[in-house]
Formats: sequence, structure tokens, C-alpha cells
Amino acid sequence: MWQFFHKLGSPKWFFGISTRFMPWLLMSGILLLMAGVVWGLAFAPKDYLQGNSYRIIFIHVPTAFMAQSVYIMMASAALVTLVWRMKLADVFVKAVTPVGLVLTFLALFTGAVWGKPTWGTWWIWDARLTSMLILLFLYGGVIALDRAINDEKSAARAVAVLVLVGVVNIPIIKYSVEWWNTLHQPATFKLTEKPSMPAEMWVPLLLSVLGLYLIFGWLACIRMQTEILSREQRTRWVKEFVMKGKV
Amino acid sequence: MAFDSFAAFVSMEGHGPYVWACYAVFFVLMIVLMAGSVRSRDATIESCRRRYELQAEKSTVAAAPTTSASFARVNVSQD
Repeated sequence: MWQFFHKLGSPKWFFGISTRFMPWLLMSGILLLMAGVVWGLAFAPKDYLQGNSYRIIFIHVPTAFMAQSVYIMMASAALVTLVWRMKLADVFVKAVTPVGLVLTFLALFTGAVWGKPTWGTWWIWDARLTSMLILLFLYGGVIALDRAINDEKSAARAVAVLVLVGVVNIPIIKYSVEWWNTLHQPATFKLTEKPSMPAEMWVPLLLSVLGLYLIFGWLACIRMQTEILSREQRTRWVKEFVMKGKV
Repeated sequence: MAFDSFAAFVSMEGHGPYVWACYAVFFVLMIVLMAGSVRSRDATIESCRRRYELQAEKSTVAAAPTTSASFARVNVSQD
């Protein structure tokens, strides 16, 4: 276990193993996402209440779900950075923050466009929407803070602290639809209950969530590799990789 | 298929513009993000390569036997 933990902290080991996994992550991710999206757009039955506008759910839920889980992953990595000073954890935080920002923006955008035909408004200062907007600002804040500090180690610690403080927003997003009387509908998936939708609706939704998760995995790997290469360019293994193409 | 015709699929009973706008923005942003990530990785590899080549050049120049420094004027063509 501890040996695995140490290995995981080695940028060189990560570089080698991620290179092997990446094509699989990308291919299976695109396949699942496309299957979910095509099924959802063309074959799933229309909603009896919302009509066809509900088809936005097949990208809205995956992006919103990923926006939050990326933040939770970042917070776990931030804790590892602070406690064990593991280099790779900080590399992860730095690499995935822009991805989280884009996913949060997409969740807000698709939500707003869905809101117009369904609620009659693009935006409302409702608890779920506002807490998601705060998540967007948190991602932006992490990027800004990281760029503002030149020293790599101080930047890593400052960013880790900010990410951990911001994690308080995650349960607020999750439970906002239960704590407050909001316009937003309650969660589609719950771990403890069967989905209230028919299978022809939730299966494609699950496929697109899984697909986006795998694509995120690929994005995290490739962006971490970039960060590792630029940080470790003085080491011999990076030189060998760049000149000979092997790790 | 949940629609009778391709036209019905595109219009989605009037919800078409909303649905298609969402999907278009989603795919454009995801593709930009993915292509940008690949490009920045390639650019980093390229900048490392240039740096190593420059270092290699410098070290061969440094290793070449040189005579002690002199201040004699050397005529070098400027064009």
C-alpha cells in the first residue's frame, strides 16, 4: 500500500502509466458520451411535462455532476499537498482547475437555456443557481491565485488552502434543492433510491455521465503530463523522453 | 426513434433552438478544451527539445579547444 502511494507520487511513474491508459480513456469516453447523447436526443421518449426541452438534461447533468466531483477531487488532492507535500497532488490541482471552470460554465449555460422554456426565465437568484455561480468564481479564484504567486511551493500551499476552504460550497450545492424551496428540480440520481424516470431516460443519462467522466480522466492525464514536463525539464528522464520519445 | 421525421427532430416542437444551442456550445467548448490540452503538451515538448539542443550546442562550443583570449581585430563580413 505505502509503496503504491510512493510510486503514485513519482511524476516519472505517473507519466509512463498514464501514457498507456490515455488512448483507452479517450476512446471509451467518446463512445459512451456519444451513445448517451444520440440515445437521449433521438430515441428517449419526450417528457410529459417539459416536452423536448428536457433533452438538455443529457449534457446538463453530466457537466453539473462533473463540475462538483472535479472540485471534490481537487480538495482531496489539496489535502494531500498540505499533509504529505506530494508533488503530483499539486500538479493535479493545477491541471484540472481550468477543466472544472469550463464544466461549471457549461452547467450554468445549459441550465440557463433550459430554464428559459421551462421556467420562463434565463436566470434567477435561486439557491442552486447561486451556489453554482459561486463554484464558477471559486475555480476562477484558484486559477488567479496560482498565477499571482511566482514561487511554485508557496503557490501550491496557498491554492490548497483556498480549495479546501471552498469545499464548504459543495454540500450547499448538493442540498440546496432540499433545504430551500427552489425553482430547480431535485436530484435525478440518488444512491439510495431508484430513479424516478423510466429506464429509457436514465440509462442514456448514465452513459453520458460515465463518458464525460472518462473524458475528464483523459484531460486530467494529458494536462498533468504537460505540467510535469515543464516542471521536471531539468531531470534526465524528461530529456530522454523528449529526445527519444520513451519514458 | 422519438420523432416522426427529420424536420420534427430538428424543430423539437419549438424547443429546437434551446436544445441545439446547448449541444453546440457543449461540443465546441469540449473540443476547444481537448485540442488546447493536446497543443499545449506538444508545445511544451517542443520547447524542451529546443532547450536541450541549445544546451548541447553550447557545451560542444565550450568543449572545443580555444586559444587564450586576444583582442586582435578580426574582419568578419557583415552581410
